[in-house]
Amino acid sequence: MDPVTLARWQFGMTATYHWIFVPLTMGLSVLVALMQTLYVATGQEIYRRMTKFWGKLFVVNFTLGVVTGIVMEFQFGMNWSAYARFVGDIFGAPLAIEALLAFFIESTFLGLWIFGWDRLPPRIHLASIWLVALASNISALWILIANSFMQNPVGYAIRGDRAEMTDFFALILNPNVWVQFPHVVTGALATAAFFILGISAYHLLRGSHTEVFRRSFRIGAATALLVVPLIILSGHAQAQFKAQTQPMKLAALEGLFETENPASFSLFTIGDRAGQREIFSIRIPYLLSLLAHNQLTGEVKGINDLQAEYERVHGPGDYVPPAWVIYWSFRTMVGAGFLMLVLAVYAVFLTLGEMEDRRPRFLRLLPYAIGLPYLAGIAGWLVAEVGRWPWAVQGVLRLADAVSPNVPAAAVLATLIGFTVLYGVLLIVGIALLLRFVRAGPEEPAAPATAPVPSPAVAG
Amino acid sequence: MDLNTLWFVLIAVLFIVFFLLEGFDFGVGILLPFLGRDDVQRRVLLNAIGPHWDANEVWLLTAGGAMFAAFPHWYATLFSGFYLALFLLLVMLVLRGVGLEFRGKRPEPAWRTLWDRCVFVGSLGATLLLGVAFANLVRGVAIDQQMQYVGGFWALLNPYALAGGVTTILLFALHGAVFLALKTTGEIAGRALLVAGRLWWVALVALPAFAAYTYLETDILDRLGVVPGVIPLVVVAALVTAGYLVRRGRAGLAFGMTALLIVAGGTTMFMILYPRVMISTLNPDWSLTIYTASSSPYTLTVMSIVALVLVPFVLAYSAWSFWVFRKRVEARPEQLTY
Repeated sequence: MDPVTLARWQFGMTATYHWIFVPLTMGLSVLVALMQTLYVATGQEIYRRMTKFWGKLFVVNFTLGVVTGIVMEFQFGMNWSAYARFVGDIFGAPLAIEALLAFFIESTFLGLWIFGWDRLPPRIHLASIWLVALASNISALWILIANSFMQNPVGYAIRGDRAEMTDFFALILNPNVWVQFPHVVTGALATAAFFILGISAYHLLRGSHTEVFRRSFRIGAATALLVVPLIILSGHAQAQFKAQTQPMKLAALEGLFETENPASFSLFTIGDRAGQREIFSIRIPYLLSLLAHNQLTGEVKGINDLQAEYERVHGPGDYVPPAWVIYWSFRTMVGAGFLMLVLAVYAVFLTLGEMEDRRPRFLRLLPYAIGLPYLAGIAGWLVAEVGRWPWAVQGVLRLADAVSPNVPAAAVLATLIGFTVLYGVLLIVGIALLLRFVRAGPEEPAAPATAPVPSPAVAG
Repeated sequence: MDLNTLWFVLIAVLFIVFFLLEGFDFGVGILLPFLGRDDVQRRVLLNAIGPHWDANEVWLLTAGGAMFAAFPHWYATLFSGFYLALFLLLVMLVLRGVGLEFRGKRPEPAWRTLWDRCVFVGSLGATLLLGVAFANLVRGVAIDQQMQYVGGFWALLNPYALAGGVTTILLFALHGAVFLALKTTGEIAGRALLVAGRLWWVALVALPAFAAYTYLETDILDRLGVVPGVIPLVVVAALVTAGYLVRRGRAGLAFGMTALLIVAGGTTMFMILYPRVMISTLNPDWSLTIYTASSSPYTLTVMSIVALVLVPFVLAYSAWSFWVFRKRVEARPEQLTY
């Protein structure tokens, strides 16, 4: 295999794996902080047990997010050094700011939170977890500012053999950031909400720790219903933005081979192997124009016309990303999203009627629904990143010109295998540990009459 | 001082603070199998670094990010050039991080032994690799006219670099032992002090030997870098004083001295390097400098403002966190978090 393909696999694998842990960290930190706020505000023991139980799961997940995150910062230099040289003037800044602004707060205050239950005044201890929640979401903002430059480069000029930053605020105000960031934050909250719903359902079915899990269920259900519509809306805004900035990505994710006006929306399309024409398709007329332009008519460009257009602008070459990956990833994401909406509505309906534990068939479904936000999140990133092909920076730098020229393919392959094995083992160990904690459930309520026993946040 | 120099200094500071802080928690990891005789003792050792190790590691991440932002060519040449070494470093950091957080999560001895080994191997391996990497930075490596490293993996394991790796292990272990003498009580603290005393003797021989090796192996005698002046003497003075204080049982002051030792040693290293960031052994003109490797003046200005605003806060709450956990960790299992 050629070094470009191997480097792409390595980045895709390490980034996807990292992304398994990040959304839960972002979302669950907020919900744990919320639970602890309830504890500090009401003084009720049950909220302390909830905070500790979900906090324990949070820490296991956080650890795996941290160790896989270090790898990401190294990836740009190790496998993509030509990219680092070409855009380092722009791209390095948000990464450095992410570390200075977010990682220090996240790691310092998580240390204070885990070890500080008995050493900090309750309000300071509560502030620590809120700072962790804030910082993990700020960290996402800066990494999306970096990623948005790759999707929609702004605030730069080509000088000599590299791109240089000309406007730092244009980088931050890149419209791509502000359609992407809300989508990612709400997606993270949904990940945490379904995580809580699924695990609460498991315990409600068994009738164990009912009071803890009934309240957790409510928090999960309310959060899910609040954020899933926002995910769908922000996702829609993002697709409309892509219609203008990355039309090839839009055409690929819609399976639209020829330009249409009015454009129809594909429910099911099979293309030929060369990815140039459709073989079979079920389509809803007008819908794609409506989605892209908010009106029944309006041109949506097809893959073949865009290919011809790019050849005129950028010279001969293949500008068509692997359409089937993007098409099916998009449908997986949207399908999972709407399924989450249905589940969230029903979960809130149960909560309002105080019959969370009286619908066993629905409860049995919920643990599996934990997977839906993960599926949607990973599929969404596949659309965003594979859809950028063949560009490292859309319209500016090709992937083929971005890899490290001095790293042999064998080295990339060896480290790809190394990371895959290491990550595979860690994933199994991590999930096994989470399952163990989930089954064990929260600690029993402390006997009220005894003196306060110093109790660790995380079981030692 | 121009912005390029300012950023060289800032990155040097980030790395030196990283050595200073992560140095003692790497040291604790290296000493874990030797100082922790049973599970409770090992937990005491790990709890001493528990609230801090992750934040300490962020100094490395920030140094890497700052390198990317201010000197993209330095970042690109170093990370693509030291490819397999950095992969191994990442594996070590992953094993260590997971080991620290996972070991206390289950009671079975086999589970704990497994993660103890990961912490030990990860700390030892990461220290060795960092020492090797920085020794190569100072010595110079095969960099061609296009700023690409062309020397391959095995050339990085030259005798000088390996000597640098071993010296770093020794220093971090000493720093960690003194830290433990300061942060633990009773039997463990006593044994940490004893081990620190023994490691000190080895360091007393090894450190001047490595310094001499550095003067022979690098171009410092040709005056290409900045002459470090009396700073190497500070290293020696700090080492000697640390040994005296360890013998007197003054762990706090001794820790101050090993900290000074690491800061002065790191400063010497970056002074030898300046104004270059990657030294080419193929042709001196092919070395990357703070001018040929840097970002544009605009980016450096933006990043200077950002750093000026944010770094004071980072220092303030980091210091506060060390203040909160200033008490010694006692061998009372019910009070141990890890």
